[in-house]
Amino acid sequence: MKMNSVLLNEKTVIQSQTKLKTEAVSLYYGSFQALRNISLEIPEHAITAIIGPSGCGKSSFLRLFNRMNDLITGVRVEGLVELDDIPIYDKAIDVVELRKRVGMVFQKPNPFPMSVFENVAFGPRRHGKHNLGELEDIVEKSLRQAALWDEVKDKIGQSALALSGGQQQRLCIARVLAVEPEVILMDEPCSALDPVATLKIEDLMRSLAQEYSIVIVTHNMQQAARVSDMAAFLMMEDDRAGVLVEYGTTSEIFTNPKDKRTEDYITGRFG
Amino acid sequence: MMTRGLLKRQLSQRTAFSLLIIATIIVIVPVLVIVLEIIANGASAISWDFLTHAPSQAGKAGGILPAIVGTFYLMLGTIVFALPLGVMAGIYLTEYAKDNWFTRSVNLAIVNLAGVPSIVYGLFGLGVFVLLFHFGMSLLSASLTLACQALAMTVTTSREAILSVPREYREGSLAIGATKWQTIRHLVLPQALPGIITGAVLAMSRAAGETAPILVVGAAFLLPGLPQSPFDQFMALPYHLYTVAAHVPGMPKSTIWGVALVLLVVVLSFNIIATIIRLKVRQRRLNA
Repeated sequence: MKMNSVLLNEKTVIQSQTKLKTEAVSLYYGSFQALRNISLEIPEHAITAIIGPSGCGKSSFLRLFNRMNDLITGVRVEGLVELDDIPIYDKAIDVVELRKRVGMVFQKPNPFPMSVFENVAFGPRRHGKHNLGELEDIVEKSLRQAALWDEVKDKIGQSALALSGGQQQRLCIARVLAVEPEVILMDEPCSALDPVATLKIEDLMRSLAQEYSIVIVTHNMQQAARVSDMAAFLMMEDDRAGVLVEYGTTSEIFTNPKDKRTEDYITGRFG
Repeated sequence: MMTRGLLKRQLSQRTAFSLLIIATIIVIVPVLVIVLEIIANGASAISWDFLTHAPSQAGKAGGILPAIVGTFYLMLGTIVFALPLGVMAGIYLTEYAKDNWFTRSVNLAIVNLAGVPSIVYGLFGLGVFVLLFHFGMSLLSASLTLACQALAMTVTTSREAILSVPREYREGSLAIGATKWQTIRHLVLPQALPGIITGAVLAMSRAAGETAPILVVGAAFLLPGLPQSPFDQFMALPYHLYTVAAHVPGMPKSTIWGVALVLLVVVLSFNIIATIIRLKVRQRRLNA
C-alpha cells in the first residue's frame, strides 16, 4: 500500500511503501501489559524514530519486529505485526529467516570476542557461506558500508574488543549488514557513546536509509529530530502500559505536535 | 583524646583480629604438615626405578609403575565418559530446559549426586557395570563408576561456564538470524570452554584420588604388568597406598610415604593445571 506523500526530514518528498505495520498490537509479560493497542505504519527506506520516556515500552515495541521478545518466557502478543504485508507472528513464519531480514543493533555495543573479520563473517557463515574469498568480499563491503573499513582494514584479524566504543558499534552495524537485511532495528545505539561517535553513527544511519528501512529507539530528542523522517511518541498510561500518543513526520511532531503530551515531552517538561 | 570507650573498642578490635588470624593459621597448618611430612619421609623412596618398575615381593621391593599408569588410565577413562555427558547435560539444562518440575528434580538430583558417599558409587558400579553389563572387574567398570561420580562436577561446572557467557552475545547472534544451536555451538561453547576444561581437570584429579569405589569394581592388589585392554584389572595409586600401608607386614616405611608422595604430586599437579587455566582466562577477560 502507498503512504501519503510526506516531507521526509525536510529534505525530499517521496512516495514510500509501507515496510512494517502494526495493527492494534498489545504486548504482555505474564499478566503485565507492556504495550496497548498500537497501530502504525513504518515506511520503507526511511528512518523512523520511537521516542518516549523511560519504561514506556519503546524497546519492547522495537523488539516486536524481529520477535526478540520471544526469548522472554511468558511473553504474549495480540494484534497484527506485518513485514511487507506478511503477518510475522503467523505460525508458518520461520523466526530465524525473519531475523535475517530484520537485523538489530543493541544499546550496548556487543561485538563477539573474536576478530573483526570473524565478527562480520559470523552471520554469513551461519547462513552457509564458507568460501573464504566470498566472505572477504562480504566483510569488506559491510565494513565500508558501516564507514569502518578505513579505520580497521589493517587490524581485521585483531580482536574486536580492542576497538573503541564507537567503532565497536559500527562493527555491530557491519555485522548486521553482512547478512543483507531489509530492516535495521536500533535500540538506543548511541546511548553508550560519546558525542563524536554518536554523530558518526547518525551520519551512517542517514546514508544507510537510502537502502534500508531503519527503526530507531532513542532517548535523545535532538537525535530523533536530527536523523529521523518519521517519529512515534509512546507514553505510559496509569497502569504502566505503553500507548502510542502521536505518530507523524518528524517535522510535524517536533514543530507542530497535535497532542499536548507530545508537546510537553519534546519541550522537556517531563520525561 | 583517648577515652575509655575508644580504648575498649580498639582492644576488642585487636582481639577479634588476633582470633581470626589464629583460626586461619590453624586451617593451613595441617595441610603444610601433611605435605612436608610426606615429602620428608617419601622423597628417599623416589627413584627412577621406583617410578618405572613393577612391584615385587608384595610391593616391598620394585616400583609402582602399574599403579601410576593405572591411575592415569582411570583419569582418562573417567573423563572420556563424564565430560561429553556433563557438557551435553549442562547445555540442555542452561539453554533448553524449561523451568518445570522435571528440570527442578534433575537439578536436585545433580546436587545430591555430589553428596552420595563414594563407596555407594562403588556398589552401584559393581551391581550395574561389573555384574549386569558383564564388564567384569575391569578398568572399564571402574572408569564408568568414577564417571558417574564425576558427572555431578562436570555438569555443574559446564552449566556455570555456559551461564557466565554474557546474554548480549547470544542476542547479537540470534539477532542476525543464527539459530539457537548455531549460537551455542559457535559462540557460547568456545567462550565456555576454559571453564568446562577447568571442571574436567578437577574431576580427573578427584578420580585419581578415589579409593573406595574402585576397590569393588576392578582395582587389583598386585599386578605384574600393565593393563592391556579396558577389560583388564588394574592397579591404582590410592588403592596401592592402602594395601601397602595396611596389609603388607614388614613394608619399608619409606615406600609407603613414597607412594603417598607420588599420588599427592599427581593430584596437586592437576589442581594446579586447573588453577592456571582459570587464571589465564580471567586475565584474558580483563585484557579484553
